[in-house]
Parts: sequence; structure tokens; C-alpha cells
Amino acid sequence: MAWINAIIQGVLTGGLYALFACGLSLLFGVMKVVNLAHGDLAVVAGYVAIGVITVTHVPVLLSFLIVVPVMALIGYVLQRTIIQSSLDRSVLTTLMVTFGLSVVIENGLLQFFTANSRAIGTGLPLVSGSFKVGSQIQIGYLLVVVFAVAVVVLLGLQYFLSATKYGRLIRASADDREAAQLAGVDYRHVFGIAAAIAFGTVALAGIAYGAYSQLGPTTGTDTILLFAFAAVVIGGLGSLWGTLLGGVVLGVAQQIGAQINISDEVLAGYIVFLAVLVLRPQGLTSRRAQS
Amino acid sequence: MSEVLSEAPLLEVRDLVVHHGQLRALDAISLRVRPGEVYAIIGANGAGKSTLLRTIAGLHRPTSGSVLVDGEDVTELRPERRARQGVVMVPEGRRLFESLSVEENLRVGAAYARPGPWTIEQVYEMFGWMRERRNQRAAQLSGGEQQTVAIGRALVANPRVLLLDELSLGLAPVVVQRIYGMLPQILATGLTVLLVEQDVSQALRVASHIHCLLEGRTTLESKPDGVTAEQVEAAYFGLAGIASGDSAASGAGSEL
Repeated sequence: MAWINAIIQGVLTGGLYALFACGLSLLFGVMKVVNLAHGDLAVVAGYVAIGVITVTHVPVLLSFLIVVPVMALIGYVLQRTIIQSSLDRSVLTTLMVTFGLSVVIENGLLQFFTANSRAIGTGLPLVSGSFKVGSQIQIGYLLVVVFAVAVVVLLGLQYFLSATKYGRLIRASADDREAAQLAGVDYRHVFGIAAAIAFGTVALAGIAYGAYSQLGPTTGTDTILLFAFAAVVIGGLGSLWGTLLGGVVLGVAQQIGAQINISDEVLAGYIVFLAVLVLRPQGLTSRRAQS
Repeated sequence: MSEVLSEAPLLEVRDLVVHHGQLRALDAISLRVRPGEVYAIIGANGAGKSTLLRTIAGLHRPTSGSVLVDGEDVTELRPERRARQGVVMVPEGRRLFESLSVEENLRVGAAYARPGPWTIEQVYEMFGWMRERRNQRAAQLSGGEQQTVAIGRALVANPRVLLLDELSLGLAPVVVQRIYGMLPQILATGLTVLLVEQDVSQALRVASHIHCLLEGRTTLESKPDGVTAEQVEAAYFGLAGIASGDSAASGAGSEL
């Protein structure tokens, strides 16, 4: 029973990890940008949510209605400014620039908000509550909600990319920027839209993790970015559904590790990550589902 | 001939100079393309043909000189702006969106289309096979099929000037014949064509005007029936002796 519980908890945590990963996967898939500030931006989104909740007293879980558009706007502006200009130089430059952004954000958060960790919505039934299945399995409402959100986000992205005009323009620009320009497509604007969407999902990831655990200035790199990377690599680069699979595999590996020995939780996840990198570097799903 | 010359050009290039790093790829090139013309730029490898076409499309910035469409200076406009104004290029090597289906390629081409006769439906009317295979990925098509889709993708934007860059490159002669065979049908809808072609005989067959480049300079400009094969050959390879022996050919450019 304990093992079944571990697997269930792992699958549900996988939804959270998939939410971490899909923005990273989208930016890489479309623009070949490895955004090292990904996790820090999720933390920023979480802090913005805490601020919004404190100031406006909106219901905690509805804070995303404000935070997602704010982060999307930040994404569009960042893409049109520093990310695009570094992309015009080289892929390596984007790595340096997003690394710089990451350092600036972490130090900024430390400077202005101290090193204290903060949580979102502690004590709310939906955040802290759980229900029992049988006598031994206890499932938190939050993880179920987050898993559902992850699936909805991935379905939405899939639909957007495959069936809408801008989705098509994003894929076309990802394939061949110059040819897109010759068809009248302003790829900078199109990439800005892709970044806006990616950052919108980053906002959800930040709020979800703030509710699930705690956010501090370094949570972005030491947890969110690493888990996002692991999920993306395990699932397969650039594949949206692979991202969910990667998240689930990572979550299950962690929970099984924790079942063996509580201190092995994180290590078990990284061992699977490493094993996939060595044995199947293209990821578990080799098909590029997002294109 | 004089009445044709007096007609205002749809596309005009004035004293265009383009550098690739230190190399002067184009040296003071001027040309005037009038409505309804098939204007062919010929020349050997490295003569600057593609550079000229890409600069007209906005993909290269000229060092000096200007590009005008219907009298309006577009030299500072980005390629996507020029495309929306009706200067649409079929790039060398097809450059389809490979992960997109045939139909999606056409829909991207039509995304910022000007109003006009060409629609995706119209393209399917012209190329029946394309409708049947519209859901196939572009990468799965043969070279000739890809070239046709690339032309279709440009047509649905309803260009005023269609720029064709080396249509024949990497295709079998039969396929090249078939693709150039479609040109009259395309021209019938009121398009103007500026094309770059390495295959001189092909260019002479379809063009109403030829312009030969050699190392970035104009060596010949004429109607195809106004020149002899020897003059074209001289201009193409830069055989100075023959060219200067016949001043009519080398002087044609400056008269215009």
C-alpha cells in the first residue's frame, strides 16, 4: 500500500513539475532559448501573487487572473528587448544573458524581500486540505488541482500551436525565420507572443509551488529550474506531452526514492534524469509533439 | 518600344551598392521593372544575382542606393513590411516550413495577404495534387513539389512583384520545364516577375527583359530578341574582347 501511495503522490507531483517545465520547453522549442532565469521568474510571479493578495484581498487562488497577464507582459517585453537582441548574436549569448538575469533577480529578491521564505494561501482548505482513499492513502486537494491545471495548460498549448493562426505563425517562425519574414510575418512579434505564453505558464508554476511549498530568493534555481530541466530532458526536448511524462517520471522516481529512504527523495529523481541522459538522450518521447 | 519605356516602373532599383563584409557584392546596380514584365537577371555563380534579389526583398541592407516600389522608397523597410506591400520572394532552396503541412504553409503565406485574385483554393485549382496532399508535411514532398508549394505560398500573398530566386536549382530539367511552364498562367493574373536564373537559355525563353551581372556589375541589359547568343555569352563570362567589339550590347544598360 505504501508503494501504491508513493506512485500516486509521484504522479500528482509530476503535474507540478510539468507545469514548471512547459514554459522552458516552449521557449526552447520555438526560439532555441535555454532560459536559465526560468525558475527565478516563477519565484517573481509567486512574490507578485503574494503582493497582489495582500494589497487587493482577491481570493488567493484567483490571484493568477492578475499575475498571469502581468508575467505574460513581462515575457513579451523581455523577449522583444534583451532576449531577442542576444538571440541575434548567438545562442550562447542567450545563455549568458538569461544567467545574468537569474543572478540579478535572485539578488534583487534577497535585497528587497530578505532571505525569508514565503508561502501562498497557507491554511486554506484547498491548499492544506486532503482527502483519504482507503485507510492509508491521503491525497492533497492542491496536487490534484495543480495536476488538472497542468493538463489543461498542455491541452490549451497543444490546441493553440496546432489550430490557431498565431500558433501556426509561431511554428513557421521556429522552422525558418527568414522565410516567415518573406511571407510578411514579423517574427519578433511572434516570438514575443510565444514568450508571453511561456511566462504565463511560469506564473502558474510560481503560484503553484508557493502554495505547495515555500518560495525564497533561491528557490528558482535550486528547485524549480532544476526540476523543470529534469522533466524536459526525461520527457524529450521540445515535446509538450513528453514534458508531462517527464514530470510524472521525475515525481514517481522521487517518491519511490523517499519510500526507500526519506533522504533519497531528490537524489532518486536526479539518478533517473542522469540515466535518461546517458541511455536515451533524446528523451522518452522522441517524437516532437509540439510541432 | 519607346512607349513601354515611358511607362512608370513598378519596381525600381537605383545605384544599389551592397557589401558582404569587405567584399563589394553589388556595384551601382540600377534597374526598372515595369508592370507585367518578366525581368530576368542572369549571371554566373557569384555574380551577385541572389544578393540583388535578397536586397530587393529586404534581407540585406544596402551600403547605398535605394529600392522603390511604385515610386515609394522602401529601402528602410524590413522584409515583412515589404512583403505586405507586395514584394514577395520565393527564396533559393524553397525554404518551406518543414514541420508544417502543405496547407499550413499556404496559410502562413496568406496570413498577411493583400487583396487580390489568389487564394488557397485558387492554388489548389491550379495544382490539383496539392489539394489531395494538403495534410502532408512539407518535408515529405519531392524537390519539384516543394518548389511548387513555395511558389503557391508566395502567390497567396497576392504580390505585385514576385521575386523568384533560382527556381531551377537542384531540380531535374523536366521539372524545371514544368515549373516555368506555369509562368504564363501566373502572369495572366496581373503579376510582375523578377527572376534570377543561372540557366541562361531558360531565362531567355521566358523573359521580356534580361539583365546580366558579372562580379556585381551590369554587363548587359536588353530585350532577349535584341541580343545575339555571342553577346550574352560575352556579358556572362566577361570576355572583354568580344564585348567591346560590339558596343551595342555593353552600352545597352546606360541607355536605359
